[in-house]
Amino acid sequence: MSDKKVNRRDFIFTATYAVGAVGVGATVWPLIDQMNPDASVKALASTEVDVSSVEPGKTITVLWRGKPVFIKRRTQEEINEARAVKMEDLPDPQKDEDRAKNPEWLVMLGVCTHLGCVPLNDKGDYNGWFCPCHGSHYDTSGRIRKGPAPTNMAIPNYEFLDNKTIKIG
Amino acid sequence: MSDHNYTPKSKFGKWFNDRLPLMSLANHLTDYPTPKNLNYWWTFGGILTFCLITQIVTGLTLAMHYIAHADMAFDSVEHIMRDVNYGWLIRYIHSNGASMFFLAVYIHIFRSLFYGSYKSPREIIWILGIIIYLLMMAAAFMGYVLPWGQMSFWGATVITNLFSAIPLVGEGIVTWLWGGYSVDNPTLTRFFTLHYLIPFLILGLVVLHIWALHVPGNNNPVGIDIKKPSKDTVPFHPYIVIKDTFALLMFMIIFAFFVFYSPNVLGHADNYIEANPLVTPAHIVPEWYLLPFYAILRSVPDKLLGVIAMLSAILILAALPWLDTSKIRSAVFRPLYRQFYWILVLDVLVLGYVGAMPAEGLYLLIARVATAYYFAHFLIILPLLGFKEKTLPLPFSISEPVLGGSSNLSMAKNEKTRE
Repeated sequence: MSDKKVNRRDFIFTATYAVGAVGVGATVWPLIDQMNPDASVKALASTEVDVSSVEPGKTITVLWRGKPVFIKRRTQEEINEARAVKMEDLPDPQKDEDRAKNPEWLVMLGVCTHLGCVPLNDKGDYNGWFCPCHGSHYDTSGRIRKGPAPTNMAIPNYEFLDNKTIKIG
Repeated sequence: MSDHNYTPKSKFGKWFNDRLPLMSLANHLTDYPTPKNLNYWWTFGGILTFCLITQIVTGLTLAMHYIAHADMAFDSVEHIMRDVNYGWLIRYIHSNGASMFFLAVYIHIFRSLFYGSYKSPREIIWILGIIIYLLMMAAAFMGYVLPWGQMSFWGATVITNLFSAIPLVGEGIVTWLWGGYSVDNPTLTRFFTLHYLIPFLILGLVVLHIWALHVPGNNNPVGIDIKKPSKDTVPFHPYIVIKDTFALLMFMIIFAFFVFYSPNVLGHADNYIEANPLVTPAHIVPEWYLLPFYAILRSVPDKLLGVIAMLSAILILAALPWLDTSKIRSAVFRPLYRQFYWILVLDVLVLGYVGAMPAEGLYLLIARVATAYYFAHFLIILPLLGFKEKTLPLPFSISEPVLGGSSNLSMAKNEKTRE
């Protein structure tokens, strides 16, 4: 092609392929995008939770966007344990202060970052959570300590509306 | 397609066949020359065709009663079991049929591995087979999700989350697969659609698989080329048809045993609990036929590498015709390969066993060793064996060991050296 002169016909072919490709792309995209979350799923983006009845040391689980969210009212010992951990001991280093703005309340997605199971409360080698599916251990701050999960359990966007109500999302 | 020209006898038949050569095709299939030394391991192609048709027929009838909705799916399955006439029978045939399908396909695959059926000139048959196998796994996985029990839900969660291991786009792909932020109703409806579609894709690929088979013809236990038509072959009908039918009846006895006497033994009790997104069952295990790959996934401590190892374990099979450097097809004439073959069979069984066990302690160690060996078999042992192995001499034809005056293959070998 390079040694041949580009003529009118080559240009028409290329232009036709280009327009055809755009047309095919524009036709296929709706067929692919229809599988993404629809408007009704996106509309359920936030949940308000009353946490006044949660005792220290207890965890409640609420459903947000179809996923469990752990809300744990931590004891002073658990907070101390989480804050005493050295950063170099963590596979995914993150300070407890950054995960729990109010140290008494840990709010995080109860979804194991390995393959999405729900970890069990107060289990595992680090007194936090243990995922029964593939054996990931999390500490009292929900940080991954041992096992196949690559990252700490995620912290969703949340805020305290007042002393007893948390808005997630 | 036919090996000899065929003309229908009747005038109408001739008129029709000239316009659409269906009768020529039927004639090709009945007269198709087949090696006369095929053993019973060659009957699983027919058995698999039976399995596919059984799954399609029972699946169609189940779909007349099943409701693909997160709030109703579980109850509709119980409705099939209790209220629908013979619903229990149709569902048990379908659910156990999946296991029988995989049992037959594993025997079929390991038969190819033993007799070198994947080697030239049958690479395309083999690769089509691997694609069928992959589609079977996809269909089985999605079918398992439809009853919307605890294992359905959490199996779907774990398997779809495998895609989240992909860097950058992983999370977006998972959300797209789910149609939401977790496995939910949109996931269920699309899985039902795909579960309905895939068997027909498999059916199409089976046609190509058989078409590709009919170009070079069957491999055989001796693994040498046959001259066709010759005394080495028999017509497919009635010889192979009767033999396949007999084997199929034996297979159906095993099938019927599961359906009528232990219909739930291959399933999990947890799947009779309706899906609950807040509670993960204490011990998640896939169906038995996926356990070896599950063990490979869990044996790697890194998430992305675990997923890559699991996929590679399947896809490496597609490269097998080129990884196996030996020109000799049948393991009968490959004394070393024969031993490594049985070690591989054992290795896969061990992987299946540890896949069902908790991923800790000794089980994890065994899984790691077995995973390493699995890859070593295909990537190190097979390529080297083709150069190092001293193979036994091949007979001149598949008739020779029998008709050449000697009753066993070692005698045939002596005759060859005499010449």
